[in-house]
Amino acid sequence: MPYETDYTNQKFSVIGNRVNRPDGVDKVTGRAKYGADASAAGQLVGKILRSPHAHALIKKIDTSKAEKLPGVKAIVTGDDFPDFTGGNRSLMDTLENCMARGRALYDGHAVAAVAAVDAQTANQALKLIKVTYKKLPHVTDVDEAMKPNAPIVHDWIRTAGVDPAPTTASNISQRNEFGHGDVETGFAQADIIIEKTFKTEQTHQGYIEPHACLATLGPDGVGELWVTTQGHFTFRNMCASLLGLDVAKLKVTSSEIGGGFGGKTHVWMEPVALQLARKSNRPVKLVMTREEVFKATGPTSSTSVDVKIGAKKNGRITAASAELRYQSGAFPGMWGMLGAMTSFACYDLKHVKSVGYDVLCNRPKVAAYRAPSAPMAAFGVESVIDLLAAELKMDPVEFRIKNAAKKGTQASYGPVYGPIGIGPTLEAVKNHPHMKKRLGKNQGRGVACGFWFNFGGQTCTDLNIGIDGSVNLTVGTVDVGGSRASLALIAAEELGVDYDQVRVTIGDTSSLGHNDTTEGSRGTFSSGMATIFAARNAVDVMKQRAADTWGIPVDQVVWEEGVARAKGRQNSNLPPLSLKEIAAKSPRTGGPIAGHNEVVADGAGVSFASHICDVEVDPETGSTRVIRYTVVQDAGKAIHPDYVEGQFQGGAAQGIGWALNEEYIYGDDGTLQNAGFLDYRIPVCSDLPFIDTEILEIPNPNHPYGVRGVGETSIVPPLAAIGNAVSNAVGVRMTHVPMSPPRILKAIEDAQ
Amino acid sequence: MSGVTVSAKVNGDAVQYVCPPSESLMDVLRNRLNLTGVKEGCGTGDCGACSVTLDDRLVCSCLVLGAEAEGRAIGTVEGLSQDGELHPLQTAFIDHAALQCGICTPGFLVAAKSLLGRNPNPSEEEIRYALAGNLCRCTGYDKIVRAVQSAAKVMRKQKRS
Repeated sequence: MPYETDYTNQKFSVIGNRVNRPDGVDKVTGRAKYGADASAAGQLVGKILRSPHAHALIKKIDTSKAEKLPGVKAIVTGDDFPDFTGGNRSLMDTLENCMARGRALYDGHAVAAVAAVDAQTANQALKLIKVTYKKLPHVTDVDEAMKPNAPIVHDWIRTAGVDPAPTTASNISQRNEFGHGDVETGFAQADIIIEKTFKTEQTHQGYIEPHACLATLGPDGVGELWVTTQGHFTFRNMCASLLGLDVAKLKVTSSEIGGGFGGKTHVWMEPVALQLARKSNRPVKLVMTREEVFKATGPTSSTSVDVKIGAKKNGRITAASAELRYQSGAFPGMWGMLGAMTSFACYDLKHVKSVGYDVLCNRPKVAAYRAPSAPMAAFGVESVIDLLAAELKMDPVEFRIKNAAKKGTQASYGPVYGPIGIGPTLEAVKNHPHMKKRLGKNQGRGVACGFWFNFGGQTCTDLNIGIDGSVNLTVGTVDVGGSRASLALIAAEELGVDYDQVRVTIGDTSSLGHNDTTEGSRGTFSSGMATIFAARNAVDVMKQRAADTWGIPVDQVVWEEGVARAKGRQNSNLPPLSLKEIAAKSPRTGGPIAGHNEVVADGAGVSFASHICDVEVDPETGSTRVIRYTVVQDAGKAIHPDYVEGQFQGGAAQGIGWALNEEYIYGDDGTLQNAGFLDYRIPVCSDLPFIDTEILEIPNPNHPYGVRGVGETSIVPPLAAIGNAVSNAVGVRMTHVPMSPPRILKAIEDAQ
Repeated sequence: MSGVTVSAKVNGDAVQYVCPPSESLMDVLRNRLNLTGVKEGCGTGDCGACSVTLDDRLVCSCLVLGAEAEGRAIGTVEGLSQDGELHPLQTAFIDHAALQCGICTPGFLVAAKSLLGRNPNPSEEEIRYALAGNLCRCTGYDKIVRAVQSAAKVMRKQKRS
């Protein structure tokens, strides 16, 4: 029976409480098992040999010496991966990214892999593999890659989305355009137009846990994979497709995950581990080094963005346009498209146009990074918004409020908004005590807004009630940041039991139907929805059991606060039956009590945030310190406020690192110069202040509790908020992220 | 390669292991002694996830050789809770939601315990600098600092009574 997904404004008894997470003890005692923490009897150690070149033909791979090394049990190269893709180009891209096929496409691209009895032997074997390369011209800069004479990454790419269809190869894999109205008409109405170009450098998600897995795969085609992943069902489907296995014969278990932020949504070396296991017929454990993580897994795009916005003297924007060029690494992506979709989503615009380009370079394949593509677009747009406000002599917050999207606004990417939080977050910023704090010397304040779509997707959940009335909830989304606590709260709310009575487990791929990857801030939104429905399903079962026990029709039974009650005067002699009592009697009333739900959780609520940032810039060194930071974001409904705040703070911190410090630095030879945490410096504890948060709750009409999803939007405003703050502090507009000390000094010098 | 035989104490218990001379203490703890609460984030001493104490000195176990632990006392996250009771830092991390993914948590707990052993009443700034060798990518450190402040208070109270 389908359950109603509409928001109902029900009164909550446990939702919103700051309970202790159910996996807390596991995680503070070292008991929790992550990707690299599992072992199997007889396991081998897998290691991968990677290209030292940015772009090269692989003329020959000689593995003969390595094969003879005692303790080496299997070696694989591209030749060991037959093509099972059936002409599916995207699958082939994934396979080729996992293991090069004749050509190395970036510094760090896998070219061979070894399984040996221990790490020392495996490393020794890698050194004995002789690869003959012929270096090819390379390109690593997004603007360079778009030039007509640029080295071509793939000669089969023709730019999609261009009419007429091109006949020659290009590094631009696709062009996408969004918007409505006519921007030329809009710009003609403007009193002031500001146009500027911005650049952002490539950053990595920087999860502290490197990719790791333990793979077994027998000659019977039956395998198991223990892996750190955001989506074990997707990993199963992907590995099965790439290796020619039956989906049902591969069981994938998601370990505890040591951070993902989008970077663990794709397979990188898992098919390689499985193939090594198949070839050696032994379990293979493959753990990436940090250098491998930087060189060969999902960074975000570097970008180059032009923004043009025009406004009337009264502060109304008349037109906005942007061209967004996003580097997707060595394989086609959809990152420029997402940048174009999100760029103007915060505003109510009559004439708007955004064009996104996805551009191939000799860099690692780009993966999602928390609200992928939105922060870079917001950097450009929110910077120009500030410039316009200054020209118009308007307060930048008032200017944004005047132009903010609201219910009924047609979004620049198409849909018409329902109730949304951009206006309320800006009003909250305007009234926040942070805005009244006086700034000192060399200090500046910046404000910026951000948007993310959020996502729902396929979800499948089981709820089983034990004989003692305790509850097992099994979900298929992974717990990246405390979602077990939120989901246990939801089950407890629906069933009317204590939070402590619910134990949440992340089910492996053989215990539940397909669940989409935990991405798009969907964990609490979609598994929350499926948990509500699974619990209601179990309540229906318990009502029936109570009705049978009492010998009355089930429509005379209601469920209230964890007990079944018989309605009506004729039943007044029937004492209520608690969940515990019904569970205890279940063996004699029809067997175990379970609730189940599968759903495509449509209707994810769009999410908006507005951030305030104060910085102090040392004019001698160009070094910037964030001295105060405030996040205001619409959560829809905060199921567990601690972990909502945690998402706000974590996203802001990642954005601060991106804005001020983090960047991939490539040498002229196209190799990555800073593939380690020493030289790619993410914010440390002493870099940051406390990060204030304010949670707004504007219910999502398409979720029973109003949940929107909170994981991603918080990384969208920081680049721009800090850009605006630094620009205000130094009196020079910053247009290149990260605003590292040398860039800030140069901007100050250039202005003088 | 012949191994080195090492006798040491881990979390108060005597242990013996044989490891190649080039093997890190982190690999010994994780792979030979099954103490997988010691996490590897980088292997180069930049992230602090593998933090342990060596004779009460805080170290990155990936930068120490297994062979160097001969005759010394090693403390890992697995040794924090005593007699079935969580350490006040462990309790505070749970109470303050100071972890999201949890991979950095063992290192933070060991480093924070080392800090509070040296300085029972650290300022916010002292906490931030003492924990600057431990990377966390999820939390923005806000709730971690608050948890350490709260645990320090509890521990001072315990000491007085």
